[in-house]
Amino acid sequence: MKNKSIILVTCGHFEKIVIDKISEDLLFFFGFPLDIEECSLDLSSFYNPTRRQYDANLILKAIAKVSSPYALKTIGLMRVDIYIPILTYIFGQSILNGSTGIASLYRLRNELYGLKQDNKLLIERFRKVIVHEMGHAFGLIHCLNPNCIMRSSTYVEDLDQKDLEFCYKCKSELDERINGYSI
Amino acid sequence: MMADKKVSILVVDDEESVRDSLYNWFIDDGYDVECAENAKAALIMLESRDFDIILADIKMPGMDGMEMHRRIKTLNKEPIFIIMTAFASVDTAVQALKNGAYDYVTKPFDPDDLSHLIRNAASHVALREENKSLKDRITTLEDVDDLIGESEGMKQVLREVESVAQSNSSVIITGESGTGKELIARAIHSNSPRKYFPLISVHCGALTESLLESELFGHEKGAFTGATFNRKGRFEMADGGTIFLDEIGTISPKMQIELLRVLEARTFVRVGGNKEITSDFRVICATNRDLKDMVKNGTFREDLYYRLNVVNIRIPPLRERVEDILLLVNHFIRKYCKSMSRDMISVEPAALKHLQEFEYPGNVRELENMIERAIVIGNGKEIRLKDLPMGKEVMGSSIESLGDLEKKHIASILNKYNWNISRASKALNVDRATLYNKIKKYDLKKNSS
Repeated sequence: MKNKSIILVTCGHFEKIVIDKISEDLLFFFGFPLDIEECSLDLSSFYNPTRRQYDANLILKAIAKVSSPYALKTIGLMRVDIYIPILTYIFGQSILNGSTGIASLYRLRNELYGLKQDNKLLIERFRKVIVHEMGHAFGLIHCLNPNCIMRSSTYVEDLDQKDLEFCYKCKSELDERINGYSI
Repeated sequence: MMADKKVSILVVDDEESVRDSLYNWFIDDGYDVECAENAKAALIMLESRDFDIILADIKMPGMDGMEMHRRIKTLNKEPIFIIMTAFASVDTAVQALKNGAYDYVTKPFDPDDLSHLIRNAASHVALREENKSLKDRITTLEDVDDLIGESEGMKQVLREVESVAQSNSSVIITGESGTGKELIARAIHSNSPRKYFPLISVHCGALTESLLESELFGHEKGAFTGATFNRKGRFEMADGGTIFLDEIGTISPKMQIELLRVLEARTFVRVGGNKEITSDFRVICATNRDLKDMVKNGTFREDLYYRLNVVNIRIPPLRERVEDILLLVNHFIRKYCKSMSRDMISVEPAALKHLQEFEYPGNVRELENMIERAIVIGNGKEIRLKDLPMGKEVMGSSIESLGDLEKKHIASILNKYNWNISRASKALNVDRATLYNKIKKYDLKKNSS
């Protein structure tokens, strides 16, 4: 019996339509009950003034600390620019086979690249990053299939290229891992 | 690279956050990742395992990344080395690349650059592995076409080869000189699961004790005069494959102890070195001496004998399998006519009769040499009695024994090549070990006629 849930932690304001879409995705792909919580963390403590970005590793650790004991996996949704020390920026980060992940829509906005604002595309990119990071949290590694959601994406164009779908191989592996949690 | 082998990466950086970030990033990509907090810890890790790619910070307390790279190179390891730095300078970049680093990157990286860098390095590793594996296959897959025989004795040998090939047991091949002991060793190796790894042959009889030690175990730079480079030994080269020790009966008591120790532990230390090296090899030995007798006489260690003699394959001398002579004659005619681009020739009945009645003290090798010689000096249509060495004897042109003839011939070839053993053995179409044995047997001295 599935007695644990996936917790969606919102850090900042997200429109209801965005949260609804993400909830649908998580329920569809992972099949666990979903709880939505507002973030109680003060993000300013993770801010690096030199880089003018937020340290994703520290945020991940903090989310893991305050996460509910009933959370199977927790995913934090961010609006701020996040980084890990070695990289200039990241779209999201999670611990492989761990319990926590985060995703940010900051770098997904068209305007950042001098393109016309496109909210529909922004939401679709954000949904892809969230499902991708949750895939890692369920133990999936990057996939070489160009259309698979688990394909590594370092540019927004890479995100647009892939589908909001797991390939057959990743889907089978994910199902196996989900069944492992369900027993 | 084999599809199921993960590329391994070692991250060396004194900053925990950098190590953690890179670890998580590479793990997501499916790489086999390990981290070390400084160069010393990395070098300790490298003693117990190899990595395909090493990403190291240039500035670390204690030993820096450049020095660490230099030390890794002396360990005879060839990982792809990538230097990371937070403070880029042209000088250090040039120095790093001059020292053989694969790339030099400035922290923080663009995620796409890091992905490309590692993907390119991984393809480089894959190509290198593939190249090595193809080379190994080319040098290893031996032609064992020369294994000819329908006699019961030879069929028994082939049955034994077939059954022993799949196992990992040590094998001793015994037989007179020229019976084809090395050929049998190749047949065992080529039919074993180790066939895609090297078959390394060592002619123990042709080397002095100290040379044999360095040959088998390798040596470190500076171990002795002339050791200007680190050198892998034959046991190390045979990793994954087979080592063939020919003339095992000639090795000294000291080497017998060393060999026993290696066979028991499968580890050894290079001459002048102190690091234990592990190698996975199978041993096949050959000898024309009676090792059992040598054990009784106390000239061969009993424990080594039993360690080596798990399976014993005895190759019968040619005089015990006369029914194979015709097959061998036809085989060698085909072989040499083809290699000399000549039309196939036949054998006149009188010559064939003598070929079948001859005793062949030099066994199959002697028969092969006779046929080759007869083709070279013959009329191009058939092998005649007068083209054969015994033919001359029969025809009364010589009353010398075969041994005398052999001695004379070897002496003349040695003198012709000014006692250059390599060139003389090539001219005689025998290996160096056999030539040394013949020199010893006939007590030949330089300038003797």
